[in-house]
Amino acid sequence: MLKYFIGLQWKSFFRSASFKTEIWFKILMALGALYFIAVFLGMGVGAYFIIEKMDIGDPLRVVNRFMVYYLAFDLVFRYMLQKMPVTNIKPLLYLPIDKTKVVNFSLGKTVISFFNLSHAFFFIPFSIVLLTQGYSPIQVIGWHLAFMALIYCNNFLNVMVNNKNSVFYVFVVLFLFAGASQYYQWFDITLYTQPIFDFFYDIPWTATIPWLVLVGLYYGAFTYFKKHMYLDGGLAKKQTEAKMENMEWLDRFGNLGTFLKNDIKLIKRNKRSRTAVLMGFFFIFYGLLFFTSAIEVYDGPFWKIFAGIFVTGGFMFSFGQYVPSWDSSYYPLMMSQNIKYREYLSSKWYLVIIATIISTILATFYLYFGWEAYAAVLVGGIYNIGINSYLVLWGGAYVKTPIELTSNKKAFGDKQAFNAKTLLLTLPKLVLPIIIYAVGHFLIGPVAGYIFVAVFGLLGFIFKERVFTMIEGIYKKEKYKTLLAYKQK
Amino acid sequence: MITVHNLTKTYAGQTVLNIEHLEIPKGQSFGLVGNNGAGKTTLFSLLLDLIQPTSGHIINNGVQVDQSEAWKPFTSAFIDESFLIGYLTAEEYFYFIGELRGRNKGDVDGLLSQFDDFFHGEILGQKKYLRDLSKGNQKKVGIVASFIGNPEVVILDEPFANLDPTTQIRLKGIIKDLAAKEEVTVLVSSHDLIHVTEVCERIVVLNKGEIVKDLHTSTETMKELEAFFAG
Repeated sequence: MLKYFIGLQWKSFFRSASFKTEIWFKILMALGALYFIAVFLGMGVGAYFIIEKMDIGDPLRVVNRFMVYYLAFDLVFRYMLQKMPVTNIKPLLYLPIDKTKVVNFSLGKTVISFFNLSHAFFFIPFSIVLLTQGYSPIQVIGWHLAFMALIYCNNFLNVMVNNKNSVFYVFVVLFLFAGASQYYQWFDITLYTQPIFDFFYDIPWTATIPWLVLVGLYYGAFTYFKKHMYLDGGLAKKQTEAKMENMEWLDRFGNLGTFLKNDIKLIKRNKRSRTAVLMGFFFIFYGLLFFTSAIEVYDGPFWKIFAGIFVTGGFMFSFGQYVPSWDSSYYPLMMSQNIKYREYLSSKWYLVIIATIISTILATFYLYFGWEAYAAVLVGGIYNIGINSYLVLWGGAYVKTPIELTSNKKAFGDKQAFNAKTLLLTLPKLVLPIIIYAVGHFLIGPVAGYIFVAVFGLLGFIFKERVFTMIEGIYKKEKYKTLLAYKQK
Repeated sequence: MITVHNLTKTYAGQTVLNIEHLEIPKGQSFGLVGNNGAGKTTLFSLLLDLIQPTSGHIINNGVQVDQSEAWKPFTSAFIDESFLIGYLTAEEYFYFIGELRGRNKGDVDGLLSQFDDFFHGEILGQKKYLRDLSKGNQKKVGIVASFIGNPEVVILDEPFANLDPTTQIRLKGIIKDLAAKEEVTVLVSSHDLIHVTEVCERIVVLNKGEIVKDLHTSTETMKELEAFFAG
């Protein structure tokens, strides 16, 4: 039986449309994956020595101290992104397969998910370093196993609380509150949690406790799932009461207004797009890492441009990146209705531009970090509007992953949604402005660097019609392939 | 109105559609029947430029559909639920289509009022997004939306499927009314021979991608079709 289940999974992965890209993209993807693995490994190995160098105590104890945040963050991350195992259960319901087996397989599948395995890249090297540094092997193993169990506890906890937004938000608020109160030194939650984690090291056999909890959680998730495995139960789609919205104030923009109205509804009414916009919003604060000198390596002048691009381009990258895919579920309608491609594209372009301008305005608070910080933001905004807005639309032509609007679970967690072509197009979006800045910076000075980038962005603005004709051509060429790919759900 | 020239569509060496010539005059109500895989939806998708012909082309009112977008203003269609926008209410969807076709709210409301019977109180004012409607009700929305903006060519793929008997009978009336208008060409495909002979003046039978019968509907048509499909 398991053999069939695994076979099904295998096919759904390798037969997805986005997977059938050219070979050199695959190589690039593999290189990218290797890079990330290397980075994580480096972190796992390096964490020990960095903490040691910072001289804030025994590295293991320091890690234990912050582990509560690590686990909490992991849970939030999972809740937002990890796909629930219920998908593809429906067709199995009618077949003569023991329900227990279906549930066990679905839950078992989550065990090998990226959300669990990625932690190994930190914990394994870190534990090895501990061993080489003379920590007691049995104690390290106990500690390691305990955390392995805790990560998996998170996994099944997430399965059980899935779609209970009220629980989730309460948790997030508590988590943020704990973080804030620690920062302002009102109350330090880690004082109470650190001893628990220390126990796993000090008394290795206590590691069995999280394992027992894990078994309990698995059993809980199992009964929960089995009980809800009905079409009108856990497998039913949630319905929300619909409200009519006319948004007549957009009517004055003619056809453009029609599309904008639709896009606003798209963003408001679908979980997936709401998440994207929210992620875009958080990008505004990304620059804090660069301008507050929180991280040393980010102090270089080029990083400021990099930050400027990200701060103002959050919406562009999280939403704009997937432009036609947002409409994937009704793309045939868009392609046969009385819509000119150009109008469709320019409405999306305006949406991205408006969001970028809003981000740039919201980011005014960077003035606090000096004029140079804000200049970088402003210049980044101009470059985003002038150049990146086109690149984003261009990249969209190659995005052939249908987006399921009502579910959040594919935002990152799904391998099928990975598209290397868009990843490749990210390079000119981020690297090119840095190069332009570098030219100005080294030839004349920092101000010239900023001006160069801004001028480049403005130039892009002038060539709008030309560029649009080119992008329209690419969309037309890709139209049939896109339609075909969107048919695959 | 519509002319098909040497049209073929091949997938991996397998020809799924091969029509040498087909002429659909303006105002005709045209029925397309055939078993699964006969090429009905393929033909309709080609008409809407949703797939690319392997060879040949289609001319819709003087416009070659795979070359120019100029056929869009006077052509409308409902093929399947991918023609619906799931996160809109029925009204919002109708107004959206209306705006794309240059019709204001009043125009759309006027048109919708003619379909009160057909909607059977289950479509308008429902506080439901289209994605939460039943399959049958979704179909009603899609079909009526394709009438917005006085299109000259209306393409409906399997409009009777998934509808309850009452609605099927009402839909027949609606399509007949539409077909009675001189300037509207209606293309309907169906698996239901009775429905299609009732509403269409001309019936074309597709089999494995080729036209095997081209009948002007008469009292004998039903018999002839049954004889053909009985094999």
